[in-house]
Formats: sequence, structure tokens, C-alpha cells
Amino acid sequence: MLPHPALALLASAAIVVALIPLVYLAVRVAGAGWQRIVDEIFTARTAVLAGRSIGLAAVVTLACVVLGVGSAFLVTRTDLPGRRVFGVLAALPLAIPTYVAGFAWVSTVDNFAGFWDAALVLVLCSYPYVYLPTAAALTGADPAQEEVARSLGDGPWRAFMRTTLRQIRPAVVAGGLLVALYVLSDFGAVSIVRVDVFTRAIFTSINLGFDKTGALVLATVLVALTAAVLVGEVLTRQRGARYARLSGAGRPPARIGLGRLRWPAAGLIAAVAALALGVPAMSLLRWVAAGVSRPGSLAEVAVAAGNTLWVSALGALLTLLLALPVGLLLARAPGPLATVVDRLAYLPHALPGLVIGLSLVSFGTTVAFALYQTVWLLVLAYSTLFLPLAVGAVGAAAAQAPPALEEVAKSLGRGPMYVLRTITLRLTAPGLGAGAALVFLTCVKELPATLLLRPTNMDTLATELWTHTSFGAYAAAAPYALLLVLVAAVPTWWLSTRTGVSTRARLPITTGVAAGVPVEASAGTDLSTTAGIASAEIASAGMVTPGTSTGAGTRG
Amino acid sequence: MRLSRSLALTLGSLLLASFGLAACGSEDEPGDKRLTVYSGRSENLVGPILQEFQEESGITVEVRYGDTAAMAAQLLEEGDRSPADVFLAQDAGALGAVSKAGLFADLPDDVLQKVPAAYRANNGHWVGVTGRSRVLVYNPDLVPESELPASVFELTEEKWRGKVGIAPTNASFQAFITAIRVDHGDDRAREFLSGLVANEAQVRDNNVLIVRDVADGKLAVGLVNHYYVFGQAKEAGVPVEEYGAKLHFFKDGDTGALVNVSGVGILNKAASDPDARALVEFLLGTRAQTYFAEQTFEYPVVSGVPTAPGLPELAALEVPDIDLNDLDTLQETIQMITDAGLA
Repeated sequence: MLPHPALALLASAAIVVALIPLVYLAVRVAGAGWQRIVDEIFTARTAVLAGRSIGLAAVVTLACVVLGVGSAFLVTRTDLPGRRVFGVLAALPLAIPTYVAGFAWVSTVDNFAGFWDAALVLVLCSYPYVYLPTAAALTGADPAQEEVARSLGDGPWRAFMRTTLRQIRPAVVAGGLLVALYVLSDFGAVSIVRVDVFTRAIFTSINLGFDKTGALVLATVLVALTAAVLVGEVLTRQRGARYARLSGAGRPPARIGLGRLRWPAAGLIAAVAALALGVPAMSLLRWVAAGVSRPGSLAEVAVAAGNTLWVSALGALLTLLLALPVGLLLARAPGPLATVVDRLAYLPHALPGLVIGLSLVSFGTTVAFALYQTVWLLVLAYSTLFLPLAVGAVGAAAAQAPPALEEVAKSLGRGPMYVLRTITLRLTAPGLGAGAALVFLTCVKELPATLLLRPTNMDTLATELWTHTSFGAYAAAAPYALLLVLVAAVPTWWLSTRTGVSTRARLPITTGVAAGVPVEASAGTDLSTTAGIASAEIASAGMVTPGTSTGAGTRG
Repeated sequence: MRLSRSLALTLGSLLLASFGLAACGSEDEPGDKRLTVYSGRSENLVGPILQEFQEESGITVEVRYGDTAAMAAQLLEEGDRSPADVFLAQDAGALGAVSKAGLFADLPDDVLQKVPAAYRANNGHWVGVTGRSRVLVYNPDLVPESELPASVFELTEEKWRGKVGIAPTNASFQAFITAIRVDHGDDRAREFLSGLVANEAQVRDNNVLIVRDVADGKLAVGLVNHYYVFGQAKEAGVPVEEYGAKLHFFKDGDTGALVNVSGVGILNKAASDPDARALVEFLLGTRAQTYFAEQTFEYPVVSGVPTAPGLPELAALEVPDIDLNDLDTLQETIQMITDAGLA
């Protein structure tokens, strides 16, 4: 007997969106014939590409985890000077698209190319994916466990390493997974910094020969790699682990005194921020100063900005709508169906935007012609691309909201829609907000799918930026780049403030155990993603509703 | 909750309305004074001239800009359901690919006659609009004129080790390699490519980066198209004579002197559309050709239009004897380029 059958049905329907690119790949690749597939896949070159892509993903993920956890720890658990400022600065690189950062580095440093240079750019742009949820988790983690460890004789550092790190494991793994998939799919940085990985080979294949088949066969290999990463991630989970607060009032954890290391630590974080933010900023300013070309009129820039905001907002809305049943299913009815549906949302995430774009062109011209080259198909593309970000956010936020309240409401005679509207949505609202912010800012940066699917004559900041740089008119491109970063910086700043770093008030959290639904609910919820745990913590950070407490007496 | 119900109703009706609007497709009918153009050439380059066409003829032109290869891929994916009437491409290869897929209509004879046979399709599916010559861009401080190579094949020699910039993912480079295959055979092309790799040729993502690096002195020479130098000089705000990179045209019919074309073709659905024909004729007319000569610094293909100052005349270029139609055997070229490890 399937629990929550309506929810399961809705969630499966929503996942159909994620399946569009996969179906497209399957159809096109099948049309290529077995011989072509074998020729394309089983070559030395493919092996080299796969090795390099995985290698890049591994290196960047590792570095991001170190950097993300390190900054989160310094900002939330030590007496770092200026930690509120650093708390925000550490998250801001998320607002910079990798193609802008790549350009900036290539034009600043001579001979900037190859594997390690690309890894540097990718690390600097994606470590916030680990930083944000880790910081939220650290602020929200139960200090009681650490205190127990201290009372049993561990020093502050040892307590951190052995206890706290384990508490924040789901957040770190979730962030790491997102980084890994992001690196597999990224095209902007690797093409500008010129390292030969899968996405670049796919793009070159389409570019060099107008022949999609070879490119799509490679894209299928990329999907296989993604599946492998996802399976690997599932295997790293510990069964039955509990991460929720056990009992007692929430209170701020003790901050570790850094002593002599205060200023060197601050210097370190400042250096990272300078590299991640300063180099692109300086580069953009230099372009404006050095070039003659100027962007079109202010009206043109304003229209592009307006289009970006409109399309990204719609993208965030649709993605969240689609993610809602999936996330709720994960939280309320974890099980094999929920896991499969959740993982399916991830599979297209590592595909480059170009492939997703082409798959939707195909979908648009064959199935949904009325939507072709309208904003709606573009918005659908965004949902396909960014569904995992939202699913995690919804799932974790829903896991945080105790089902007991919903059950009480139903027992008092309210219908399911009423319960959804007044209780579930209200409780998960902050988490949903964080998910929406994350999807919004990622939509703002998106380029290849936008180029293929936008309505003719509609320009966004990203496409205008691309137009000008492809002709070498860097000075004209710079204002668009700056505006793009600024627009993306707003939700990023909001996300970073929600981690609780900058608020004095302390954070209540989860009632997971008390509600009988552990935060690490069997297969699904926990490690879903970044914004997943992030937004759960972020949600609780700002949330002071009485509803979060249950019989365990956790403070609301 | 009265507020949320009305909100939901509003949102719902908005959504329905926009679906409705979207469903009223904007199909261009022949002669309705509306055109949809897919342009692989960037807005900076062709936007102004298309705008002029719109004003002069009263035909509304909706242009979709993109990378030529991505546009061609999109056209091929869209097939007969493509909203495009006209495809403006950066190079003959893209036009050839679309033509091969059977998506182009035959152009009328009088249009074809305006362009020399070397710069249009044999099957009458597309015509060239501007000429783009392959050149060697060089930094005069690093390479005195007397040391410039006479043939492009000299670039695999020791004295050019690590000094040559190429952009192997660029369509023009690919067309150039195909020209070598056509002119000298597959083996020679393979030899040239592996020679470049062995000679540590510096790879860049596009031609603009090569020209900028040459001007900055980071590269000594580069293989690009002729007009980039003018464009970059304009961007830097200096006259082209003072710009840090200069042009060297190969002579004596060397393959390095290949002149490729950007061109235009009419899609099947617009075969009988007078608006599409008007656009093609406009692009081949004096006004547009002069624009391309003066603003984008390319070679007009139509006779009687002078080229930009500082540029040798098209007729004076000693081009290799290659039929551009033969340049559409792309697959083998790509294989060679990837096998050599360049892309």
C-alpha cells in the first residue's frame, strides 16, 4: 500500500520534466546505431576525457569542502574578527558566473590555462555551495553533544573534529555532491581556461561539425558518470545516523578562541575573498577603462536586466512548484519510490546547458510547438536544469516541519488542501524561500540554454554579455557583467544572512527525532542537496513560530 | 483565506492568458512584410545593416542571434518546423550543412548571378555575402617583415616553435584545414596538423584572443581572419596603422591565402516569400556591400564596391584555386583536428 498516493503521483508527474533531456538523448543516440555508439565511446580519447572530467570534479570538490568547511568553521565557531562581513563575503562568489571569472583570470594572469588553473577558477566560484549549508549546519548544530565531548576530556579542536564534523556531515556531503555535479556540467570556465573535459568535447563536437550525434553520445557518457557519482554518494551514507537535536533548549555553541591565530585566520579568509571576488571585479573595471566600445543605450541595459529578472523569477517559481511534491514525498513518505524520484531529478544536472537546450528545442518543435521560442519553454529548461537545487530545499524544509501538526489538523476535520496551504507551506516557507533564492541566482547566470530557447529579440544580461565578448568588445560587455553579478548578489547576500551568522538571536532547530521522523530519514531526505540542509537550517534560523516545537520540548 | 484564493485565481488566469497568447503562433506568411532571420553573425556586425533594411523596405525583421554552429544545430533540430525564413551564416561550412539537410530553397538565377561562381553554392542554395581572407597576423616588434613566412606550411619549422597562435575550434580554421585537404591531400593536412602540435603552437579559444595576444606581444604570429585587426584597433581606439598587430597575406596561391565567405540562404518555407528575396537582394546591393566594406572591414563579393582603406583589393589577393563548395566535407577534417589533439 503506497503511502500518500496522490503525492507520489504528483511527484512522478513533476519528474517528467527532468526526463525530457534523458528521453531526447536516448532517442537521438539510439538513432545513431550501435556501431557509432561503440566507435564514439570506446576510444582512448573518451577514456582520457572521462578521467580528466572526474579528476577535475574530484579535485574541485575536495578543495571546496576544505575551503567551505574551513571558512564556515572560522566564521561560525571562532572569534574571528569581522566575522559578519566575512560571513557574507564568503558566500558572494556564488553570484559570479564561471565564464566571467574565467575571463577575468585569463586576462589578468599570463598563460592561465590547463587543468590546475581551471580547478582554481572552479573552486573559487563554487565553494559557497559547501560553505552555505555547512555554516547553517554549524550554527544550528546541537552544542550539547560537543559539550558532552568536552566534559569527557576532549580539547576544543578535538571535540570539533570528532563530534561537530560528524554532525555537519550531511550538509557537507550535500554541498560536495552539488559541486561535483556542477563541475561535470560546467562549460564556461573550462572552455575559457582551456582544459579538455567532456563538456568542452561535447561543445566542440557540435561546433566543429554541426553533427550532434557524436556530441550526444558523449553526453550520454556524462549521464552515466553522474549516475556513478550519485550511487557513490548513497554508499557513503551511514545507516541510521541521527542528526537532530536530542532535547533541551537551543543555545549558541561556544566559540573557540583563536588566540594568536586570529589575525592570520582573518587574513586567510580575506585572501580567499580577494581572489574570488577581487580578481573578477578588477578585471571588469579594467575592461571598462581600457576599451572604447560602450553598451547600447541605458534603455537596452534596463530591458536586458528586466528580462533577466522576469525570466529568472519565473524559473524559480516553476522549479519550486515542481519540486514541492517531490520534496514533500521525500519527507513524508520516504521509501524506494521517493529515492528513485529524487535521484532522477539529479541525472540531468550534470548535462551541459547546451544539451539541455537542444533537447528542449527538440521537445518544443515536436511536442509543444505552441510553446516554442516563448518564455515558457525557457522557464521549463530552467526547471530541468535546477530541479535538484529546489528538491533538496523543499525536502529538508519539509523534514523539519513535523508531520504531527498536519495530522492534528486533519484529525480536526480540515481537508488536505487547507492543511497544505495553512500549515505545511507556512512551516516550510523560509526553506522554500532559500531554495527559490538559490534557483533564482543560478537562472540569472545561465547562458547556453538561454541562447537557444529565448524568444527571438529577447535579451538577458547573460546573452548580451556573451554577444559583446564574442566580438571582443569587452568594454561594452563589462557593464552587463557587473550588473549580472550585482543582480545575482542580492539573493546570495540574503542566503548568507539566513545562515544565522549575522544574527545575534539563536536558533532553534529540528524536532526530527521527537516527531518520529529523523532528519536523516531513511533513503531520501538528508543528503539531497546543498540548499537541502542549508535551507532547513536557514529556515529555522529566522523562524520563530511556535509550531516547530513538539512534545520534546524544543524551544520554538 | 480570501486573499490567497483571489491571488491564485489571478495567477491562474494570467498563466492561461499567456499560454493563449503563446498559442496564437506568429507564423510568417509570404508577403506579410515580416521576416524571421537566424543570424550566426553577431549583432554588432549585422544589426545596423539589418535595421537599415527594415527602415528602407518597411519589412519587420526579427533577428535571432547566436553562434553560427549553434544556430545551424538549432536549424537542423527544428527541421521543417523552424520559424526561420532566412539563415545568415558566418561561413560556408554551416551553409553547406543546412543545405545538405535539405532545408534550403533554390535561389533565383538573377540573385545567383550577382556573385562570382567561386563564392556561391553549386546547387544554388546559398550565396556568399562578404569575403573573409585567412591571414597571418604578426607583431612587427617581434617579427620583422623580412622574416615573415612565404607559405603557411613554414609555420611547422623550428624558428616558429611556440610562437604561432591558432584557434582550432573556430570554424574558419576548420575550413582552412579542409582547404589544405582539398588542395594538397589528406596526408599533407595531417602532417601539417601534427607539425603544428609538435612545434608547440599556442591554442586559443577564438580569433579575438589571438589578435589581442599578438598585439600585446604574448604571441609572435597567429592564423586568423583579416578583419579582426581592424575591429580590435577600433576597440582600442587607435588607427589601424598604429595597432600592435599587422596583417600578412600569403601569396602565390598558397593555401594560407584562402578566402572564405559569410553567406545567406532562404529556408524552404520562405521559398516564395518576396520579403526573403528582398533581404537577400539588399544584402547583395551596393549599400549593404559598402557597409560591410567600411564597417566590418570585410571584402564585398559584388563587383564595383571598393574595399576599406588599408586593405588590399580582393582581386589583388593571390588566392588558392579552391572551390568553396568542396569545403563542406567537414567530418574528416574534424576527425583530423581531434586526432591531432588540437580539439
